[in-house]
Amino acid sequence: MLVYVIRRLMQSVVVLFVMSALVFVGVYAIGNPVDILINPNADQADIERAIRGLGLDRPLWEQYVVFLKQAAVGDLGKSFAFNVPAIQLILERMPATLELAVAALLIAVVLGIPLGLWAGLKPNSVAGKTIMAGSILGFSLPTFWVGLMLIMVFSVYLGWLPSNGRGPTTVLLGVPVSFLSWDGISHLLMPATNLALFKLSLIIRLTRAGTREALLQDYVKFARAKGLSNARIVGVHVLKNILIPIVTVVGIEFGSLIAFAIVTETIFAWPGMGKLLIDSINVLDRPVIVAYLLIIVTLFIVINLAVDVLYSVLDPRVRLSEAKS
Amino acid sequence: MQDQSESSSKPTESSVLSVPSVAASEVNPFHRIAADFAESKLALFGLLLLALVLLAALLAPLLSPQNPYDLAQLDILDNRLPPGATSADGKLVYWLGTDDQGRDMLSAILYGLRISLGVAVTATLCALTIGMTIGLAAAFFRGRLDTVLMRIADIQLSFPSILIALILLAVLGQGVGKIIVALVAVQWAYYARTVRSAALVERSKEYIDAAIGLALPSSRIVFRHLLPNCLPPLIVVATVQVAAAIALEATLSFLGLGLPITEPSLGLLISNGFTYMLSGKYWISFFPGVALLVAIVGINLVGDQLRDVLNPRLQ
Repeated sequence: MLVYVIRRLMQSVVVLFVMSALVFVGVYAIGNPVDILINPNADQADIERAIRGLGLDRPLWEQYVVFLKQAAVGDLGKSFAFNVPAIQLILERMPATLELAVAALLIAVVLGIPLGLWAGLKPNSVAGKTIMAGSILGFSLPTFWVGLMLIMVFSVYLGWLPSNGRGPTTVLLGVPVSFLSWDGISHLLMPATNLALFKLSLIIRLTRAGTREALLQDYVKFARAKGLSNARIVGVHVLKNILIPIVTVVGIEFGSLIAFAIVTETIFAWPGMGKLLIDSINVLDRPVIVAYLLIIVTLFIVINLAVDVLYSVLDPRVRLSEAKS
Repeated sequence: MQDQSESSSKPTESSVLSVPSVAASEVNPFHRIAADFAESKLALFGLLLLALVLLAALLAPLLSPQNPYDLAQLDILDNRLPPGATSADGKLVYWLGTDDQGRDMLSAILYGLRISLGVAVTATLCALTIGMTIGLAAAFFRGRLDTVLMRIADIQLSFPSILIALILLAVLGQGVGKIIVALVAVQWAYYARTVRSAALVERSKEYIDAAIGLALPSSRIVFRHLLPNCLPPLIVVATVQVAAAIALEATLSFLGLGLPITEPSLGLLISNGFTYMLSGKYWISFFPGVALLVAIVGINLVGDQLRDVLNPRLQ
């Protein structure tokens, strides 16, 4: 297990390294930030001073070496547009994204597991079929379009919920959060629902499939033969066994929630890192793009590793080892 | 040799997609597949949706009331008319309303569907070819090549597709060719993985041993013997991936990173309508989204049923 974790970590470092080089070269090879960031009316001396200030006059490899040296001490460069450290810019916006992703995950789990159980226990009932049809729709609906439709219904026509922004935040344990005030929740509700939709469908399907499979197992028959109540069979025996794959998926999907938050944040003008990325791409703010990508890649590596380890803890039958192909 | 070996290994599956001469001696497998497919009403409904979408996309110039990109045909006085309104000169009824430039939404959607489907299908075909070749090579040659290729695929699959596409487009910039590259880069690993696992199963069968024993060239064994027997799962994955590609392209275009404004796909139409939605003009975003939804649902329903029909374990 320890060997496995160490090997995975080493592999992760390689991935991170390759990604950083690819992203750096790619991002720095396109466009010219000078055109965008420096006032075109400035005189030649001003432009040259600005280029030197941004380090853009040096060759690409030299810029990369400087970048790596600084990255090693947690300095990913200064944003061209805001003139503050890129990493600070991203970390400032990270709580907003994490709050959104966690809220979406909660919605997906709290609604998805009971609905999936229901559909799995009564697959041929009207409710069961409706739930499944709904989940197919949830898979097929383009997330960004659903977001627009939510805004149209709940903000424009009904006027119940605000269509953009995060609302007031309260500092909880040093992190600004918005779910502690009603106004904050009303801002959070729509983007979180929008982001949750796809995962909700996924969890419904997983829970349903798991439930149907578990119901056929001997331990369920045995529990019935013992005369246990239905509630106990489902609530304790079935649920416990279907939770293992669900925990894994929830873990992996948390990363993809953060990635998909890019779309949701853009629609609802949620001030998270995803919106920052899109804004930065639009103005070619390279340090921020590179920093965002490195941070998200790191985040993914950590999440994937944590899920693998957690999985082996939850299910002792799983042994962590390099898959033999 | 080929006929004999393949028909003895897996009569139904292999004869479906490889050698018609074998198929003739049995019940025509296409009929069987068609019959199995038609068992689900939902799947037939999906097929109907898909047929409608494809027809609409192919016949867009014939079906649409105006050419939405011929500026001479647009009348700015007709801008942002609600669905069902008549044009200022009284000649045209805008069944789905107009956008901010007085463009008929129905026409714009038909043309947009063309672009969306065209990009998605092209990308899927390219990714299919590349992924298939890589997967077959990995399964046939095994060893180091296999390990390296599959490790790359695994690492890539551990990142969400939207993130990979975003990174690529941030690097490459906008354009039809670039979004196709991004979609291919996102998709190839699915095909490579699918083909490899199917090919590994097939490779251990006797007909491949026989072909190797006959000293046939590797390329012939891989493409004439191995590949046809790996096709069914690949077809299923490809169907589902077309839908995913359509959705991904729309999302990227909506974010302003996909297609340029000169290639208005459905995603760009929706993005364009976003501005006007807050003032209650829903139709500019709503109807392109419905078209997108119909296309994706149709493909997904067909793909679901294909998976059941082509899965040998369920027969």
